[in-house]
Amino acid sequence: MMRESIDVYTVLFYFFVSITLVSACVVVFSRHIVRSAFALLFTFFGVAALYVYLFADFLAITQLLVYVGGILVLILFGVMLTNKQINVDIKTGTLHIVPAIILAAAIGGTLVGIAWSNPWMVLPTSSSVKTTAPQIGELLLTTYLLPFEVASMVLMVALVGAVVIARREKNKKETTRDS
Amino acid sequence: MTPDTLILLSLFVWFLPLGNFVLLIFFHRRIPRNGDWIATSVVFGTLVLASIILVSKFMLYQADIIQTNVRWIDFKVLHGGSPLGVELGILIDNVAAIMLTVVTLVSALVHLFSIGYMRGDVRYGRYFAYLGLFTFSMQGIVLTNNFFLLYVAWELVGLSSYLLIGHWFEKQSASDAAKKAFVVNRFGDVGMFLGILILYATFHSFRFDVVFNGIRSGIFPGGSEPWLTIAGVLIFCGAIGKSAQFPLHVWLPDAMEGPTPVSALIHAATMVAAGVYMVTRTFAMMTGDALLVIAYTGAFTAFLAATIAVVQTDIKKVLAYSTVSQLGYMIMGLGVGAYTAGFFHLTTHAMFKAGLFLGAGSVIHAMHYALHHQGDHHTDPQDIRTMGGLKEKMPITFWTFFIYTLAISGVPFTSGFLSKDEILAGTWAFAQLTGHTLIPIVAFSVAGLTAFYMFRLLILTFLGNHADDNRIQYIHESPHVMTIPLIVFATLSFFIFYSFNPFSAAGGWFAQLVKPPDFVVPSAMAATSPALFAETVHNVHLPAMLLSILVAGLGILGAFTTYYWKKIDANALAQKLAPIYKVLLNKWYIDEIYEYVVVNGTKRVSTILAWIDNTIVDGIVNGVAKLTVILTHGVRHTWTTRSIPALLYIVASALLSLYLGWEAMLTTLPETSSPMTVIQSGIVGVVVSALSFFLFYGGVGGFDAKIVDGLVNFVATLSGVLGLLLRRIQTGKVQTYILWALIGVVVLFIWFR
Amino acid sequence: MIVDVLTWLQQPGLSHFLIVSAIVFALGLYAILTRKNAIMVLMGIELILNAANINFLAFSRYSTHSLDGHIVALFVIILAAAEVAIGLAIVLNIVQNFNTANVDEIDRLKE
Repeated sequence: MMRESIDVYTVLFYFFVSITLVSACVVVFSRHIVRSAFALLFTFFGVAALYVYLFADFLAITQLLVYVGGILVLILFGVMLTNKQINVDIKTGTLHIVPAIILAAAIGGTLVGIAWSNPWMVLPTSSSVKTTAPQIGELLLTTYLLPFEVASMVLMVALVGAVVIARREKNKKETTRDS
Repeated sequence: MTPDTLILLSLFVWFLPLGNFVLLIFFHRRIPRNGDWIATSVVFGTLVLASIILVSKFMLYQADIIQTNVRWIDFKVLHGGSPLGVELGILIDNVAAIMLTVVTLVSALVHLFSIGYMRGDVRYGRYFAYLGLFTFSMQGIVLTNNFFLLYVAWELVGLSSYLLIGHWFEKQSASDAAKKAFVVNRFGDVGMFLGILILYATFHSFRFDVVFNGIRSGIFPGGSEPWLTIAGVLIFCGAIGKSAQFPLHVWLPDAMEGPTPVSALIHAATMVAAGVYMVTRTFAMMTGDALLVIAYTGAFTAFLAATIAVVQTDIKKVLAYSTVSQLGYMIMGLGVGAYTAGFFHLTTHAMFKAGLFLGAGSVIHAMHYALHHQGDHHTDPQDIRTMGGLKEKMPITFWTFFIYTLAISGVPFTSGFLSKDEILAGTWAFAQLTGHTLIPIVAFSVAGLTAFYMFRLLILTFLGNHADDNRIQYIHESPHVMTIPLIVFATLSFFIFYSFNPFSAAGGWFAQLVKPPDFVVPSAMAATSPALFAETVHNVHLPAMLLSILVAGLGILGAFTTYYWKKIDANALAQKLAPIYKVLLNKWYIDEIYEYVVVNGTKRVSTILAWIDNTIVDGIVNGVAKLTVILTHGVRHTWTTRSIPALLYIVASALLSLYLGWEAMLTTLPETSSPMTVIQSGIVGVVVSALSFFLFYGGVGGFDAKIVDGLVNFVATLSGVLGLLLRRIQTGKVQTYILWALIGVVVLFIWFR
Repeated sequence: MIVDVLTWLQQPGLSHFLIVSAIVFALGLYAILTRKNAIMVLMGIELILNAANINFLAFSRYSTHSLDGHIVALFVIILAAAEVAIGLAIVLNIVQNFNTANVDEIDRLKE
């Protein structure tokens, strides 16, 4: 009787939720770092799907582009670059598991409890669902212009900084000359 | 030219020098010539912009006050009061527009001069960077419309002054002078800070206009009018520090350790004038009492510094004391209510005093070069007794210096005459209206003294014969980058730039632009009404002018008779007036008094505190310890020898124990006693007396050994164990620390559930 | 009670997203706390940032009608990109200097 009333929307919702959570579990609990990195791909994908459920189409696309296309590739590069030199097996160790489990469970449980029990203020959603990209663009160039520009500065500084930090070791002998 | 454009231009004027600083402090090594040409051309660019602002303000918006505000911090409404917040903003009124131009002009010319003066310096690029930082900070003071930015810029100016005084920090005296300037200024700034806090607590805004409107509508700090006087005087404390007024003037002469162009820019023309500028800004809220304090402070400072300047022999020290004296003049002018005159004198003084310092710099430069060529490293290139006769060798420097000297002495047809005359007339009018006759007397005598010591300086430096015939051949005129600023400043020292009437500034553009603001304090507390004051000034203007010319002429005549024609022997006079001469030579012993009162006072108090700690506190502690030891050892002694005293001690302790037991029994006995309670109390009494006897008899040694030592050992072991445990926690691993931090988060979760 | 839970499950709403976000957050926290490898720690941080983003968007969707939450989430993504770039650069540098990527073995400021 209950089952009939569940629509496709809800089923798909739980499907994406399970993708997110299961792959996140794989990320966290897998001892194989490459496997973790690939599981992270699915987590990001699942989260992007949840964004769509939250009417955030633009953010979902951005999530896919930036996280999956950029950050994940970076992380994979990091995995390859760091593990090559150290050891053959790219498994990672863990430390103080028991207190960590207790703590993570405590904090996660508290948050779940709050989410479950708190009477959240929910406004009635407007029936017409519009695409958000134009409005976000407008907001970025009006109200949030300054943070937007600052963010671009931050990205540039991060880019230059990353290059400088990562290349420092190799240049050490050469820099002694001109300093 | 809309007001918005002016605001935009003023922002450029404000921030371009900051760009200089940032560029040069980081990259001066990579730019050709260490970037001096960038700094100089940018500052000249700001000069152009500032002139545009001044001209368009004069032409288009003469009566308007251009202002813009940004709400920087918004605290919303707190505690049910009015909304709290911090607003930042720019204010361009006539005073600010003039000051903006003055600062950029002096700064630009000083930049130009420095190219010649500082050539080959070890920290050439850094010097120009600091000049940029200073110019930026100074423009902050000029442009701000609130106390908050004013205070920020105020401290930034102090910082750049510190950096520039200590430019040659290898010299002990220079780094000491920098520290002295910084610390002495702090004293004044604390007062200013408190004053600003009083105003903010009352009006919940830092903006000048909000504060003034609040006062006008009858709101006073602390609800009473004396508090307004206190706030005014406290804010004036900042000016006392920065403008080197009497109790805190000691840093300015020492600040002459910095490079001479810096002295010209910061310690003569602009920064020290910031205090005066601040008083003009807050003039409207000053009560009559506060203005009286200001007037007397200024008058006393002017007199003190002028008398000291008469006997100084270092060319820059003379100018430094002259600056202190002239600043006192401006402050005094503002204090008596001659608002326009005070600010006018600031402007004219900035021109000729910057010129004087640059001229002195040119002389020092030449002397330094000559001494260097002679291989003489002992003679002080700044001592005027080693100079003389430089007129022929350095004509441009001499003639420009001559013009400045005429201006500062108040000779007609110079700018200094116009402004000084206005202040003197103001003091005279003030005395007529209120009866404070001391102020004009001091003012006129200081005018005479100024003429005397300035011409003494001029004669000793440039006229007569040079002290060393050999040296004079090495002296030569300075390069063009140094003489051009001198010529510009000399030109600007003539009356024509300020007023077409050489005998009165009243009709000039300056007086037209700078009108005294209406007092916002109630008329009962204000000194005089501006209208009445202006009328009185008008009446006394002519006699004041004649008297000031007379006094200046007397001073000049005195200087020539003493030092040029040598009709009066200066040394003999000094010997005849030895006590006064000595006091003046030692700058009224103020540094010594500070040394004695403040420094030694602190040391004295520290000594007393140390004695209390060592003798009384330690004495009690040690005494208790010693007493215990004596008691214990004494008892142990009697115990082992079993002498008569030992028996006595045992008997006495037995009696005492019995008494204690009896007391214990009585206190434990309840009101209504039954046989059981009597027995109980008896047992308590017996136990107490037995225990105390044990302690007395056998325990004194044993108690110490067993119980006390046991406790100590236990504490030691416990801390050892705890230390081992804690060491286990302190792994040095980041994640363990994150773990602990998160445990703390969870605890907070539970706590604030 | 069971019926309540089932009806709750049938209608995905604000609290569902919050709970998913809380679980992802806890998992990220666990990764940060336990994993020795610095890159795994970075992945944990990414999980936590994603959890935060879900919260922002959920509240933006259900509790307000403004897009401010979207903007904040966008900035979070931007900062995450910057953070990962810098973080990985630091990790590479650490690997070159210490020859390990395990955060527990890096306990000196200077080699």
